[in-house]
Amino acid sequence: MSRSQNRGTTRRDFLVSAGILVASFSLSRPTAMAQIVEGAAPISFAKTKRLDGWIRISADNVVTIFTGKAELGQGILTALAQIAAEELDVGVEMIRVISADTSRGPDEGYTYGSQSIEQSGSALRIASAQARAVFVAAASSYWSIDARAITIDKGVIVAADGRRITYGALAAQDKDLLSRDVTSSIRPKSTDEYRIVGRSTARIDLPDKILAKGVFLQDMRQPGMVFGRVIRPPTPGAKLVGFDPSAVRAMPGVLSVVHIGSFLGVVAEREEQAIRASDAVRANARWEGGEKLPNENELAAELLRFAKEDLIVAQTGRTTQTAPIAHWVEATYTRPYLSQGSIGPSCAVARFSAGRLTVWSHTQGAFPLRADLAKVVGLPVNLVDVVHVQASGCYGHNGADDAALDAALLALSVEGRPVKLQWMRDDEFAWSPISPAMVMSAKAGLSAEGRIVDWSYDVWSNTHATRPGQPGGTNLLAAWYLNKGYTVSPPLHIPQPFGNGDRNAVPCYDLPRVNIAHHVLTAMPIRTGSLRTLGGHSNILAIECFMDELAAVAGEDPIAFRLKHLTDVRAKAVVEAVRSATGWPVDRKRDGKTGRGFAYARYKNISTYAAVAVEVELDRTTCNVTVKKVHAAVDVGRVINPDGVKSQSEGGIVQGISWAMKERMRFSQHKITSTDWSTYPIITFDEIPQIDVVVLDRPKEPSLGAGEGTIGPASAAFMNAVADAVGRPIRDLPITSERIRDALRI
Amino acid sequence: MTRYLSLDVDNKKVQVHCDEDVPALYVLRNDLALNGPKFGCGLGQCGACVVLVDGNATRSCVTPVSALEGTKVVTLDGLAVNGKLDALQRAFIQLEAAQCGYCTNGMIMTAKALLLREKHPSEEQIRSALNGNLCRCGVHNRIVAAVQMASMDKAQ
Repeated sequence: MSRSQNRGTTRRDFLVSAGILVASFSLSRPTAMAQIVEGAAPISFAKTKRLDGWIRISADNVVTIFTGKAELGQGILTALAQIAAEELDVGVEMIRVISADTSRGPDEGYTYGSQSIEQSGSALRIASAQARAVFVAAASSYWSIDARAITIDKGVIVAADGRRITYGALAAQDKDLLSRDVTSSIRPKSTDEYRIVGRSTARIDLPDKILAKGVFLQDMRQPGMVFGRVIRPPTPGAKLVGFDPSAVRAMPGVLSVVHIGSFLGVVAEREEQAIRASDAVRANARWEGGEKLPNENELAAELLRFAKEDLIVAQTGRTTQTAPIAHWVEATYTRPYLSQGSIGPSCAVARFSAGRLTVWSHTQGAFPLRADLAKVVGLPVNLVDVVHVQASGCYGHNGADDAALDAALLALSVEGRPVKLQWMRDDEFAWSPISPAMVMSAKAGLSAEGRIVDWSYDVWSNTHATRPGQPGGTNLLAAWYLNKGYTVSPPLHIPQPFGNGDRNAVPCYDLPRVNIAHHVLTAMPIRTGSLRTLGGHSNILAIECFMDELAAVAGEDPIAFRLKHLTDVRAKAVVEAVRSATGWPVDRKRDGKTGRGFAYARYKNISTYAAVAVEVELDRTTCNVTVKKVHAAVDVGRVINPDGVKSQSEGGIVQGISWAMKERMRFSQHKITSTDWSTYPIITFDEIPQIDVVVLDRPKEPSLGAGEGTIGPASAAFMNAVADAVGRPIRDLPITSERIRDALRI
Repeated sequence: MTRYLSLDVDNKKVQVHCDEDVPALYVLRNDLALNGPKFGCGLGQCGACVVLVDGNATRSCVTPVSALEGTKVVTLDGLAVNGKLDALQRAFIQLEAAQCGYCTNGMIMTAKALLLREKHPSEEQIRSALNGNLCRCGVHNRIVAAVQMASMDKAQ
């Protein structure tokens, strides 16, 4: 696909068309498909061509910017406000952001894959530069002076002779000033002119959260609002065979009992009444059948038995003559199903009034969700609106979209009354999409000089992409229980370098010969979906643990061994930065107690570079591991908000260690049994070490998303540190005390 | 049993009419329109719903509303007095000790209870006090630093 073809589509369209047209699409070399090409029209302009679709300025000089991206807790609104403020020469405090709103904002598809800076950021940068130029030209003709005699100071247009007028005052005189097509002909500032971008800026959304100002969707209160709950079957896929709503309808406060096919929900005046009514429904409903879930104790073997489709991800150097192989090394790694683990379960508010349905949702894709909601509830798309409102941190495809449909179905039963639908904790754990369990198998040949000369790799995974809007299905939980024939989409083929379960399956090292295969599991007894990095986490984990095993066979230091297979200067820079920050000892004697581990990856092979080193301490009696210290270095290209990048990188490290150390979705043959925090423990305060992150600024390089870069390397470095302390690798996650005890016993 | 209950929340005397065994969280959020305490698990496991009851960090999702009668309840909504932010709020803002901000209520209110009984806690005491509060974004170290900063705030 050439750049010019790609430029006119959104990422979503691109994926959708890829899903339909490309059965197997592999690139042996990473391409720059998702990156900004300076001077090219931003991808988001294709759907929002008018300048006032991006920026408006009111008479009081408040600048409103519109983005299709959503604040998920990652600080994106602040970064986008910085970019707009920089180009417009206004203060960040003068900016208001409208985000992900189908009624009045640009369609920028989903907020995922750490692409918001790359997509919305580049659109707003160019639109803001254009808006500034429009105002300068308007002021120039208003005062009849040369445009070169005009400067802009914090939103005030200043003539050389001292005359001043605000953007807002000028905009009030000509309401159509920004009503024009966007153009990419105005050059944005060069990076050495930056005064706002690249400096740590206070998050614009945080003070209101810390002062309990009610910014969360859960805090939304509307006049006449009532409360809803849904009742899921005891087993995924079970059919409702008996239910008598009459007793529930007579309960205090109950306004509506919704029973469509196998979908059940209640609406009541008060929240506790809705909860009691849902308990009563659960006690009354009779169900039959459902999926048989795999045996969690033989998960890897079960996954390998699933129906699958085999894809070649990359094949290079098959005809190249390579050095003779002195050692073959093989290893297989596994990872269990993981939960999103958002602290706040999903929520939605919906209102059906005068034929229009409005849903307030913490979705990652307001536009794709609107289309699927409209289809399922049977309304034309133009009578449905989805408005993003912030909720608990979002790390991927949680229950937000499903809750939106639940709320819509309940709202249709009580026309005119807004319904707040809140999932309970067990709804979120058991019914939101979870990240697939995966098996990764690597085999490599080392030359006598200790160089990798042959590399083959297989990854088995269910799809990590089951979002609304995907082709071939309707990806909303309640839809599947309406008995109207809606089903989940088939696995989405996402070409490299993005990848699905094969994201980051191509090592970020210089290897003369590779053979990489992705075995897409097509049977899906447990509903899976996107979690931060998709398959990237597990592939980075397997590759980086395997690199340590190869280094050991080659008799080399793990960092030195990696550097011998790296030529990319930016890769080497993050590796070296961590090596020097840790004072990495080359000839350290193992003491059986302390362990050091290192890992490096470039996320999606085209995005953030990250290197992480972890130090652990092993108690050989209890078999508990304590993380003592973490060092990391990241290169995200041009840094928009240094503290934001640090915070995202730290957060990724904590989550990566938590996944590797503790997390595992549990299930029986009939249902998910990890339904609360005691059955799905995550990392806590006393388990978290000091974390030092170095951000290498590359002001001349395009900005790359910072949200996901450190997670895979953090998990891998932790595993390598444990292997170093134990004296042998543990290849199955999570690294529990029991697994350490088993490894020590061998 | 449904009846009138008299409560003292954020220094205001209020009356609510509801079932006496309703979890206090729903009454605080829905009847009193407070935003601070959050629904996280409904099981007392995550700490998002913490409020101060007579100065003690209390999980409002597993506390029946009737247990609040005769006590002084303080929520995040009422922590700033006459527009003057609490030292914890100032420190959380200054150090950006939040990403999504959903667990923040529980972090601040649990730390407030700690600072009420221990003016200058050690890092270990802070971690131990917050250990039952879950954060998924991974902001733990910034939260600990913010509590330390607040404990050193003379205006505390």
